[in-house]
Amino acid sequence: MTRAILKRLISMLLSLLAASLAIFVMLQAVPGHPADFMLGLNAQPDTIAALNAELGLEGTLRERYLDWVGGMLRGDFGTSYTYRVPVAGLIADRIWVSAPLAVYALVLTLLVAIPAGLLAASRRGRASDWGVMGVTQLGIAVPNFWFAMLLVLLFAVKLRWVSAGGFPGWSDPAQAIKALTLPAIALALPQASILARVLRGALIDTLEQDYMRTARAKGLSRRATVVRHGLRNAAIPMLTILGLQFSFLLAGAIIIEKVFFLPGLGQLIFQGITQRDLIVVQSVTMLLVFAVIAVTFAVELAYTLADPRLRRA
Amino acid sequence: MIAVRDLSLSIHGQPLLRDVSFDLAPGRITGLVGESGSGKSMTALAMIGLLPVPLRAEGSIRLDDRDLLAMTEREWLGVRGRDIAMIFQEPMTALNPVQTIGAQVSETLRLNGTPRTEALRIARGGLDRVGLEHIALDRYPHQLSGGQRQRVCIALAIARRPRLLIADEPTTALDVTTQAQILDLLRDLVREDGMSLLLITHDLGVVAGMADDVAVMRQGRIVEQGATEPLFRARAHPYTRDLLSASQPPPRVPRAVADDLVLTARDVTRRYGALTAVDGVSLTLNRGESLGLVGESGCGKSTLTRALLGLEPVQGGTIDLLGRPGGLAMTRDDRARISVVFQDPYGSFDPRWTVARLVQEPFHLTGRPPDARDRAVRALEQVGLSADDLSKYPHEFSGGQRQRIAIARALITEPDVLVLDEAVSALDVRVRAQVLDLLDDLQARLGLSYLFISHDLTVVRAICDNVLVMQAGRIVERGPAARVFDAPEHDYTRVLIDAAPAIPPRWLEAG
Repeated sequence: MTRAILKRLISMLLSLLAASLAIFVMLQAVPGHPADFMLGLNAQPDTIAALNAELGLEGTLRERYLDWVGGMLRGDFGTSYTYRVPVAGLIADRIWVSAPLAVYALVLTLLVAIPAGLLAASRRGRASDWGVMGVTQLGIAVPNFWFAMLLVLLFAVKLRWVSAGGFPGWSDPAQAIKALTLPAIALALPQASILARVLRGALIDTLEQDYMRTARAKGLSRRATVVRHGLRNAAIPMLTILGLQFSFLLAGAIIIEKVFFLPGLGQLIFQGITQRDLIVVQSVTMLLVFAVIAVTFAVELAYTLADPRLRRA
Repeated sequence: MIAVRDLSLSIHGQPLLRDVSFDLAPGRITGLVGESGSGKSMTALAMIGLLPVPLRAEGSIRLDDRDLLAMTEREWLGVRGRDIAMIFQEPMTALNPVQTIGAQVSETLRLNGTPRTEALRIARGGLDRVGLEHIALDRYPHQLSGGQRQRVCIALAIARRPRLLIADEPTTALDVTTQAQILDLLRDLVREDGMSLLLITHDLGVVAGMADDVAVMRQGRIVEQGATEPLFRARAHPYTRDLLSASQPPPRVPRAVADDLVLTARDVTRRYGALTAVDGVSLTLNRGESLGLVGESGCGKSTLTRALLGLEPVQGGTIDLLGRPGGLAMTRDDRARISVVFQDPYGSFDPRWTVARLVQEPFHLTGRPPDARDRAVRALEQVGLSADDLSKYPHEFSGGQRQRIAIARALITEPDVLVLDEAVSALDVRVRAQVLDLLDDLQARLGLSYLFISHDLTVVRAICDNVLVMQAGRIVERGPAARVFDAPEHDYTRVLIDAAPAIPPRWLEAG
């Protein structure tokens, strides 16, 4: 068991190394130099050279790569070209919006998907199953930014329960959570729809297993067999989807952040790209890669908790 | 105690059960025998209220003064597990793989409000009672053998001391020695608890050794029922007679076999890491000879078979086929000289392929001959099918017919050796008897050599000249079939023969 975890950790480190190389090489290939961009069209060559030196854009590729990776290991993500502040600080500000938003959306996803999947699977082919399948089909089909705008129109413009956007900071947690609620709902809708359908399918598979018949023969009701024996056996496909979803929620909220004017990681990376602030893009991307790999690792650990047969490896 | 009266059931106008009536008394074992599709399992499911959803049974099933068929699902919850419990055929899948066995046995008790620690204590006692004293409650099903899992299933079925236990083919998936132990356990439990046992099986030997009473089912109807011994002795109904004679195929009359070796293995050894699955096995097979290979699951017979077929590397020893290197070293042409028929007539065909394509598949070894289609027709005709069947799909055939198709596929390259790996084990006894006849006939006409792998000693005896008994990777006994079965020399052979359920010969004497 510990051996297996160690092995996974090593492969995780190798993935990170490979990702850092790929990100670095790709961003170096992007057309447009940061210094050119910052100084405008009429800049003198020597000014550009001076700025390059200041930004740490001198030296061979290898030196710059090692500088970057070495810095990240020390917690130094470099200095933003446009803001002229440490990237680490920028990320820290933004992650306090993006991470809670992702967790919030994930919690909503689970709260909706699990009961919906259970309901649909245990009443397969009946009205409630059709209802769940129909609503989730819609939830997947509707673009979430459009749904987000509907939410704004209803709850912010018409009912005035929440503000239409912006983020007040965590000094008042209640206000912060309130500000994140509509974005979290908008993010959770398609995710919950997908997860509910996956859970329904996985549960229906388990319903046909012999051990469910054994449970019924023991005297368990249909509902009790689904909840007590079906759910945990359906956990593996669910965990797989959940892992993918969390990664997506962390990185993929760019559009929703735009709609709600949230200062999150998505916004940061978007600005970084448009302003050729390559060091910001590089570092945020690397951070997201790290998050994805860490989540994958956590999901694999969760597999072994859910299914004892995987513990032998 | 339980009276089943005029139980009837149909689907889309097709009757599954017709006027089934029988009584079950406390402390008695009733055998329900019949072939697949005869309605045995449907009867059982009706008796525990778990018929597949749209089906509704008519008639009545009375438990004391209650009619079970008139009960609502809510009322059934108070009966299942408490008054009537059931164990199923496949112990490998009958338990929830992600829950400990302790949780699964105690769950039954927790249903009626027994506190957790008390339920676990009773579960411990239950597992001890079914002979699992050495297995901790926190084990998971995958950590147990098939026999141990079936014991867990029995423990959870009897945890609340039901009055009726229904056992649907409880030992069919188990080895003979394990089967004998499970049957002993069930017999003891019936005696100690005074519960009633409805034992559903296709195996007349099991019924003969276990049941006080027998009901014989065919096509949804009980054709005959009564006390076991008189019923077996009288064989009043023609169907019962048929079943009995098909289940007792006559021993093979040994044939003179010329010294013409087609397959030889010398000291074949196959290791998986520290485990030696096949340990220095030697065998010879002559033209026209049938060689039986018997042993329990895990003894290495499948690994040996795969090595002989050239599907598995070996770490020691040599294999020769027709005087040329065999095993993995076989040329493609030589691979066509040795064919195989597997156990499962359902799983071994691609359901989207026509019979023509299935049967001609082995030609990928030799290249497709110009007369491929004619040869496919000939192969089908050899196994009793016809050219009309070429355009059909596997699902259009019964289990026995599918096994004939599998044999046709094996014969199409006109091989010298046919490996029959549990090839008749999944078939009903009457179909099995027909396929055994077919194999006998093919051997006589085509001069085939058979390597016949089976756990079923009766079948091996019916078709084999010589027998190898395998245990833990080694051949522990070998010799002519009659000698090995009548005068076994090795203890293990004796254990196997004693464990095999059999109808007492004096019951079958002409009366």
